[in-house]
Amino acid sequence: MTGVWIGAAILLVVVLPIVVVLLKGVLDAARSIVPAIDSIAATAEAGSKDLDAAALLLTTREQVKETIAGVAAYGGSLDVILDDAEAA
Amino acid sequence: MSAAAAVLILAVVLIVLALVYFLVATILELRKIVAGLDRVIAHVGGIVEKSAPVNDVVTTINEQLDAGVAALEGLLVKKAGLRDAVGLVDGLYPGAAAEGLRDFPESKEIVPPRIGEVYTKGTLTLARLGREAPIAAASPRGAVLRDVESGSSAARALYPAGREEGAAALPRSPIIGTDSPEQYERRQDIGLPRKRFPAEQS
Repeated sequence: MTGVWIGAAILLVVVLPIVVVLLKGVLDAARSIVPAIDSIAATAEAGSKDLDAAALLLTTREQVKETIAGVAAYGGSLDVILDDAEAA
Repeated sequence: MSAAAAVLILAVVLIVLALVYFLVATILELRKIVAGLDRVIAHVGGIVEKSAPVNDVVTTINEQLDAGVAALEGLLVKKAGLRDAVGLVDGLYPGAAAEGLRDFPESKEIVPPRIGEVYTKGTLTLARLGREAPIAAASPRGAVLRDVESGSSAARALYPAGREEGAAALPRSPIIGTDSPEQYERRQDIGLPRKRFPAEQS
């Protein structure tokens, strides 16, 4: 009978607090991850939204091509109508 | 059942209840984490998808701009000569001559001549004359005369007397180009031996 009392006391005084402390630690760690995940999700969403303008780079590329073609045509005309520099 | 056994069972039940409570709470938090990570993965996938063509597009744009810079630098050097080209660039962007022209590394060695913003043949000729030239008369040893804030007034300062008398009566500059109203044919005798006129008969 004494052994049963000792076992019950150990369970109540030692095992139960240890189990509670350990599980509470795990729970607190899991709860602390959630805000970080939410923050990462918000940042990723903002980054993804910022990149919506990346599609305009295709238009920019075409405009740069047209601009350079215009500059080349203009330079070609200048090359025709202007004399070259005299050789030193 | 003895009292000791009842206390033992109570202790076990308490431990099991603690396990259930904390494990269920942990499972709920882990589910929140999984949902958050799903949202993160979705947005990161969007970032990857949207940024995929950026490298190719930017590379193409840089190639085009490089070609444009090379063409313009080449044209400038061809028409103005390397020395005057460096002077022109330095006149427009003071201090830029130190960096030189990109496709002409030897341009870094050139001391840029002082050339104002008005780059005409006459102006350059005057500038080459030295101190007597209007463009260089103000400060022959100073920095370039270009006034960044009021470039037009700097050009106007070259001709302080104002417009030349009778300028309105002068003929207009010819319109050039393939669509010009008057086409000027190139002389065919350029480069050929000079014509020999028949000797006068006495």
